[in-house]
Amino acid sequence: MSVVTLEQVSKQYGAGGNALLALDKVSLSVDKGEFVCLLGASGCGKSTLLSLVAGLDQVSGGTLDIGGRHVSLMFQEAALFPWLSVAGNVELPMRLNGVARAERQQRAEELLGIVRLKGFGSKRPHELSGGMRQRVALARALAQNADILLMDEPFGALDAMTRDILHDELERIWREQNLTVLFVTHNVREAVRLGDRVILLSSRPGRVIEDFAVTHERPRRIDSPEVAGQAAEITDRLRAEVARHAS
Amino acid sequence: MPAKLPSARAGLEGLTGDFPLPGQKDPVALDNAQPAADLAAADRVTGLDKLELGGASDKGSLGKRIWRSAWPKLLAVAIVLIAWQAVVWAEWKPSYVLPDPLTVFKDLGSVITTGDFWGGVRVTMVRAVTGFALAVLIGTVIGAAVSRFAPLRAAIGSLITGLQTMPSIMWFPLAILLFQISESAILFVVVIGAAPSVANGLISGIDYVPRTWLRVGQVLGMTGFAKYRYLILPASLPSFISGLKQGWAFSWRSLMAGELLVIVPGALSIGVRMQQARDLNESSLVICFIIVVLVIGILIDVLFNAADNALRKRWGLTGN
Repeated sequence: MSVVTLEQVSKQYGAGGNALLALDKVSLSVDKGEFVCLLGASGCGKSTLLSLVAGLDQVSGGTLDIGGRHVSLMFQEAALFPWLSVAGNVELPMRLNGVARAERQQRAEELLGIVRLKGFGSKRPHELSGGMRQRVALARALAQNADILLMDEPFGALDAMTRDILHDELERIWREQNLTVLFVTHNVREAVRLGDRVILLSSRPGRVIEDFAVTHERPRRIDSPEVAGQAAEITDRLRAEVARHAS
Repeated sequence: MPAKLPSARAGLEGLTGDFPLPGQKDPVALDNAQPAADLAAADRVTGLDKLELGGASDKGSLGKRIWRSAWPKLLAVAIVLIAWQAVVWAEWKPSYVLPDPLTVFKDLGSVITTGDFWGGVRVTMVRAVTGFALAVLIGTVIGAAVSRFAPLRAAIGSLITGLQTMPSIMWFPLAILLFQISESAILFVVVIGAAPSVANGLISGIDYVPRTWLRVGQVLGMTGFAKYRYLILPASLPSFISGLKQGWAFSWRSLMAGELLVIVPGALSIGVRMQQARDLNESSLVICFIIVVLVIGILIDVLFNAADNALRKRWGLTGN
């Protein structure tokens, strides 16, 4: 069952001679429980696409259907609020939805357990490392009880070791919580490591070039030969696309 | 830090027992035994967190820290006193015009033990606190309105900054015409001196809420009142506090100017007492009141700084 469906979606910024076409007739769908990675070089409109799905922006053409489902969006920065404790940050979405204090405290504790940060609830965001903050942001996103989790290069600012470990964590949480994930990245191996499918986008304007199915058995490792092999194949397509812009 | 590494490792070994160590995960074990792999993953996460957080830094004992921040200030006071004494010894002015520090401090000692003096301090502080509170109220309302409505900003945004640079003493002739020689005249100038700073602090705080936070607010579905309550107002707090601090400085200055110019009968404030001392040619007493005003100003500044530092510490804006 498809939870996100884009049909011929276009997005244009500005008008007239200065208009910038960010997305051009993009069609794709994401099934329930699927982990889909969007991959592309700069200017492929990956982030634009997520903003549209998140409802932060309107499409210029085509149709976008998420069936009224709730979405949550994570960014490269954890963007936790420094005036709230870690638990306070996780509780915030529930507070906005009017969940009673006792219930949201309990749920926040539970969510922090899921991201393996039990006991860090009373800390301040700045007392945590980058990877830990990103996990708090994940817990906050989960607190929204969203059906669809959108992630915009969430591990882009982390070091390789931390990123590797967080891939395992995200995979586990995705499996345990039955999430549907749409994950944007420019890192080919990361896309193959995590996705059920990798959708390759062209740049300026963004179009779907190809939709790769990733069938290697999970749990995967980013340095396994299967992942590396498929990543090389996709990288070649990406390079060809980048070279096309030379002329 | 390197010295901590082996012990963190040892702790993990004890916990994991037979399971693979962090960084040495065995792909075969991962594929075959799900619970074991999961435990190992948990250890990797916890281990990495411990390594990244590191140890707590040693800040030294309370006494040492107080001494470290106090000695430069004490030294500065000592230098001022020595310079003052040197000028007196040089007999630049006769001693009844410029008394030496010892005489002034003796006079200060006897002045501050009188009830009259504390009555004066009370009159002045009541004016300062009332004026400042009113300025905060008015400044906040104006600041909020200006940052909320674009046309209002275009209309009076720059006017607020203009008012801020205006020397408050310029307002007294008008204030006296409007309110005669009264408490209201003083209050008017104190408020008009301080409110623009408060408003500006709030406006720039709201203007510079980081974009990423605003995006999070959007993602969490914050609109209208909730957006202000849970995002904009807390986010603009540091700038608002510096606005308050500056506002206080302006209101304190305006008040002192006011107390020297607008002498309300019956209210023997610090300014009035100082003026009386000048009329009686009591230099020593004039200097005493200068010191008193300086000390009050410093004490209040310390309060604002404490609030500012506490906030910075909570937010993680200090150093490292």
